[in-house]
Amino acid sequence: MRSESSPGDPEKERRKIKCVKKMKDIMIGYYMEAKSAAATGKKVAWITSGGPVEPLIAMGVIPVYPENHGAMIGAGKMGVDLCEKAEEMGYPRDLCSYARADIACSTVNGGPIGGLPKPDFLICCNNICGTVLKWYEVQARYYNVPLFIFDTPFIHTEFTNEARTYVTRQMEDYIMFLEEVCGIKMDHDKMNDVGKLSIQSMKLWQDVLDTTMHKPAPMSAFDAFFHLALIVTLRGTQIVVDYYIELLDEMKQRIAGEISMVPDEQYRLLWDNLPVWYKTRWLSEKFASHHACLVADTYTSAWSGVVHLLDENNILESMAMAYTSVYINISIDRMFEKIKTMVKKYDIDGMVMHSNRSCKPYSFGQYDLRKMIANEMNLPVLIIEADMVDERSFSKGQIETRIDAFMELLKQ
Amino acid sequence: MNALNIFHETANNLYACAEKWKKATGKKVVGYFCTYAPEELIYAAGALPYRIFGSKGNITLSDSHLQSYCCSFARACLEEALSGKIGFLDGTVFPHTCDTIQRLSDIWRLNAGFSFHIDVVLPVKLNTESAKAYNTDVFKKFKKDLEAALETEITDEKLRQSIRLYNSIRKALAEIYTMRSELPEIITGKDMHAIIQASMVMDRNHLFENLTTVLETLKGNKGSTKKSRKKRLVLAGGICSQPDIHTIIEDSGGAVVWDDLCTGTRYFSGKIDDTPDPVKAIADRYFERAVCPAKHVSNTYRGENIVRIAKERNAGGVIFLFYKFCDPHGFDYPYMKSYLDKEKIPSLLVEVENQLPADGTIRTRLETFVEMI
Ligand code: SF4
Ligand code: SF4
Ligand code: SF4
Repeated sequence: MRSESSPGDPEKERRKIKCVKKMKDIMIGYYMEAKSAAATGKKVAWITSGGPVEPLIAMGVIPVYPENHGAMIGAGKMGVDLCEKAEEMGYPRDLCSYARADIACSTVNGGPIGGLPKPDFLICCNNICGTVLKWYEVQARYYNVPLFIFDTPFIHTEFTNEARTYVTRQMEDYIMFLEEVCGIKMDHDKMNDVGKLSIQSMKLWQDVLDTTMHKPAPMSAFDAFFHLALIVTLRGTQIVVDYYIELLDEMKQRIAGEISMVPDEQYRLLWDNLPVWYKTRWLSEKFASHHACLVADTYTSAWSGVVHLLDENNILESMAMAYTSVYINISIDRMFEKIKTMVKKYDIDGMVMHSNRSCKPYSFGQYDLRKMIANEMNLPVLIIEADMVDERSFSKGQIETRIDAFMELLKQ
Repeated sequence: MNALNIFHETANNLYACAEKWKKATGKKVVGYFCTYAPEELIYAAGALPYRIFGSKGNITLSDSHLQSYCCSFARACLEEALSGKIGFLDGTVFPHTCDTIQRLSDIWRLNAGFSFHIDVVLPVKLNTESAKAYNTDVFKKFKKDLEAALETEITDEKLRQSIRLYNSIRKALAEIYTMRSELPEIITGKDMHAIIQASMVMDRNHLFENLTTVLETLKGNKGSTKKSRKKRLVLAGGICSQPDIHTIIEDSGGAVVWDDLCTGTRYFSGKIDDTPDPVKAIADRYFERAVCPAKHVSNTYRGENIVRIAKERNAGGVIFLFYKFCDPHGFDYPYMKSYLDKEKIPSLLVEVENQLPADGTIRTRLETFVEMI
């Protein structure tokens, strides 16, 4: 393996995904546009990653995602500093590190891009957690801007009719809110176009993810974590559609050329929960050293897993349903059903769960899931305790030992 | 005071009292979480609403379901179920609140083994028309679910009775609180705590009778109660099931004159109107009552509310009391503190677990705080 990590290694170069550079350029362009919004007279809205962004795009508002920013802070290893700063401000260390990093970042304009552009208003959708409600309340006070809450009732055993009516009505509330804060009317034709693009990009994204059904997989979940940024931040625009077409193409070529992400792939693993942003490379190399590839994950498909619920001809209403049904807004027994499907689809040999101190709604229930998976599917599950952004909660030695032991078990 | 015995007896023997009630009446006991549970409906269904407080001792069984970074409130509640301590429950009701309770509900439904489990997925915002309409729909659905689970019919007449009773209970509790606020020496924090805790688990008719007796007695004692020289304090936070905290505060020279707790004013704030649609009336109270940080009424409600309480009650300081790993309260604490700071009202944060640490650190911190005021 050693020769592979030396720079300029042709073998390693061959395995690199070529689209990466383009993706970086798109993201830079996007953030530059967002940061110059004040000069160009465009409005900026901060929105949660699971929130209905399409109406914003249709209204010409630039959506900005603090969670994506949080991921950049994590990947840039700037999390600990900012989290500590939030703790000095009185926020307990046990809170989500995206929220802590973002709240602190606002006050110092820190992080990899010198802080996010100031929001004109905030859109918070609680389909991912209740944490975002509290976090956005903090920011609404800090920036003194309006906050719209899109409330998506959690699905324990059923998506009730009562909830359906409620989310549909809120879509109307949402449009009214936007028309008021933007001072313009919604152009419904444009909304439909955005909706179509959004559906198209979700489908393309799922197609990209599904290329890993091929053995060996042309990419891994670690690549998905990276390429995910577009479906999160720009879905509903042509750029995303074009980019994912290109990425999909590259994946197909890799499959044709038998270029796999992990050399000599022997074990196919499924990842659960958010990435450990500051350790993605280390983790990916660690697993690769055991010839294991994380071919799929429960996280990156969250943005495409509900595409079948979307209806081009009834975009607003179907969007309300789809956003309520996302992976993390459903009970653990429903999650288990999804995991079962993924295990079959990607021919999974074992599962790695990131028990993420930051994300309680994603992590609580993992112990029960592990039991269900072991009992019903006879699949080994490894749980690693960490945090997505706050490196203080990552114990490298311990995790390394656990991964090695788990892989030994798989090899038997 | 004899009138208080029944409350202490209940608070000290939660399980035994509920079991005794069940045996004597032959009726069902329904466990519930949180002050957002629609108790009035449970009571109208002929069952006893029983607030789950979590077991006191060490937590072991929950460890295989909940990570160490879960609040010990949720872990202690699950422990209580898995260990069979609350095996007398016929079913449980989970109002939707924080991320932890959301997942606890799943884990509970899959492991606790009670004969029914009802999720009441309330709106998270309690300030819009669409949320209000949804909230009423949720209660109507809950009524049906509960009727099916308990195999009974909840008539409007029974509901009206229940509403009247709950309004009277809440009014009585508020009166006791007001009296304590005027004359802190009239009742100890430990007594007050026992009253609140027992209120959430006792037969509610019986409860109301006993509350009336307490009120009468306290009124009679007014004249002979000495003026308090203690420092006037407000408690703010989540659920408190630590009677000892109250004693420590009093030993330190403080007197709690009001609170913003689930085991306190949030339990009895808001009145149910007597309108033609009783279910809607119950639901609409949620838009009147004080909220905890898991629900939204405005970006600044809780900060303004704590300042208002402190001023109205003439309090010299505020003690924040909530569980370690509690997200909703953790997020609200800095801004609530800063609102108090602006008004020069000192505050102290005490993070608790389901058991108080034995080393007396809390006592020392409280003593220092009270002295400083
Ligand atoms: S990481 Fe989890 S808790 Fe934090 S914002 Fe995302 S979903 Fe919410
Ligand atoms: S703080 Fe809120 S969610 Fe927690 S027990 Fe109290 S009312 Fe329920
Ligand atoms: S509100 Fe706080 S203490 Fe109560 S269950 Fe949720 S996290 Fe735990």
